[in-house]
Amino acid sequence: MFWEKDRETMDRKELENLQVELLRENIEYAYNNVPFYRKRFDEYGITKESIRSIEDIRKLPFTTKNDFRDNYPFGLLARPMKEIVRIHSSSGTTGKPTVVAYTKKDLKTWADLVARIAKAAGVTDEDVVQIAFGYGLFTGGFGLHYGLENIGAAIIPASSGNTKRQIMLMEDYGATVLVCTPSYALYIAEVAEKLGKDPKKDLKLRIGMFGAEPWSEQMRKKIEESLDIKAYDNYGLSEIIGPGVAGECEMQNGMHISEDHFIAEVINPETEEPVKPGEYGELVITTLTKEALPVFRYRTRDITKLDYTPCSCGRTSVRMSKPIGRTDDMLIIRGVNVFPSQIEEVLFNIEGVSPHYQIVVDRKGALDTVTVLVEANANLFFDEMKKQKQLLDKINDELKTTLGIDVDVKLVEPNSIERSEGKAKRIIDKRKF
Amino acid sequence: MDLNKYKIPQISVFIENKKGRFYNTTRVLKEAGVNIRAMSLADTMDFGILRFVVDKPEKAYEALMDNHFIVKMNDVIAVAIKDECGGLAELLKTISDLDLNIEYMYTFVNNMDNKAVMLFKFEDIDEAIEKLLKAGAELLDEDYFKRI
Repeated sequence: MFWEKDRETMDRKELENLQVELLRENIEYAYNNVPFYRKRFDEYGITKESIRSIEDIRKLPFTTKNDFRDNYPFGLLARPMKEIVRIHSSSGTTGKPTVVAYTKKDLKTWADLVARIAKAAGVTDEDVVQIAFGYGLFTGGFGLHYGLENIGAAIIPASSGNTKRQIMLMEDYGATVLVCTPSYALYIAEVAEKLGKDPKKDLKLRIGMFGAEPWSEQMRKKIEESLDIKAYDNYGLSEIIGPGVAGECEMQNGMHISEDHFIAEVINPETEEPVKPGEYGELVITTLTKEALPVFRYRTRDITKLDYTPCSCGRTSVRMSKPIGRTDDMLIIRGVNVFPSQIEEVLFNIEGVSPHYQIVVDRKGALDTVTVLVEANANLFFDEMKKQKQLLDKINDELKTTLGIDVDVKLVEPNSIERSEGKAKRIIDKRKF
Repeated sequence: MDLNKYKIPQISVFIENKKGRFYNTTRVLKEAGVNIRAMSLADTMDFGILRFVVDKPEKAYEALMDNHFIVKMNDVIAVAIKDECGGLAELLKTISDLDLNIEYMYTFVNNMDNKAVMLFKFEDIDEAIEKLLKAGAELLDEDYFKRI
């Protein structure tokens, strides 16, 4: 199902022409309205004439989270407060909050973008949607709310927290769609079971729209099984607009990016050059239609890959894979980018591997070495050396295939990997640079 | 004839190649009042597999499990051979002729006169017991390790 079919199925050549045209206008618009961009563009000698083709976007400098902080709170806004109708911001736990703002037109755009991902996931005006995202400064709650209202669904604005009440509301009001983080969806299922309910029968849920945190395919399966729903991923970030930047269609095979509003690039975060098509790298987004807060080449720090092959749903837009990590936790081993989440995925797919592992990076001479410590258990221990070696070789081979580098897997005794409350310490980097 | 009596329970323990690990294992057995009859260590750079034949296998297994070791129990065969030049070669020739596949083997120090005892892990233990008995090999039964 589509929300704006003409736009969503636009011919790619036409789409590219539109992007170039909008980018040129946007450069001029930002230059005239945001002193920060005027200065930047002057430094780099950028005018709208610099853009002749879509590749010319690479001439533009990047924008980072630090630029938002340096211009706190309203330095990046292109419209006066008179025209601003909404302000959202991050929690600011890692420094000054990131502030974003919207004009009336921006809110309309946002509601249409979210309507697209809701339709793509199969939500209709017949649905009753429970939104268990926090309503507040965080863009998740309001973003999904207005988008779903836009398509005519009945919304239960439950907001976050109070899981028992969430379950009661879902059951009594007959919610058919659940909006929250994937981990909260699993938690809801667990609590419902503890309350003696069968979430598959007692709840009428059929669709889940989950986002705001990374999740794996295994987690999707688990959620779909425990709630008997189809679980769809969506992607967004407040610096760009909030949720609605990209979302999965019913194929569940990558998230369609609304390219008539955004230009997506994937770069090598080190060299800042584009990666080869289909390779993982950092997602960089440029807005094309934002009024209050135009952003050029924003470094999302999310690691994903782009798939331009046509999707059988009919949408012509590029699809981004589930982000596999953040540039912040990326390791560079012998020049190859490695994400702890890739290692975790390989380990968890091997029968019997315990969830306790640690990645140790060291340097011997000029060569980086990676050792993956895995806690042994009865499933991984064989009395025969031959079988023991076979298992270790299997793990080694699969890691090599996935990562493209040699790693050394070591079985260690149970409980020998340090436990920590909260976030586990997965990586020990002993290299000295 | 009950061939199962020739299956000697063996305890295998996973140990990391780290100082004190070997000692810890034997300490647990000592505290459990278990006597080690035979022992072997297969080691690699990173880890080792410690194998024991003991007088009280169940007790040893439980004590090690309680102390969070990774333990497996499995069966081996004990064969007595002449303690003289060529004794082992003769047995190995028999095994080879019988087409039996040895996973690993180790020796057992004992007080039998003029006899040496070898412990074998075969790919197929039932087949090995049957064929070896037929070939006239002297197999020791489980009780032997409890008696001494």
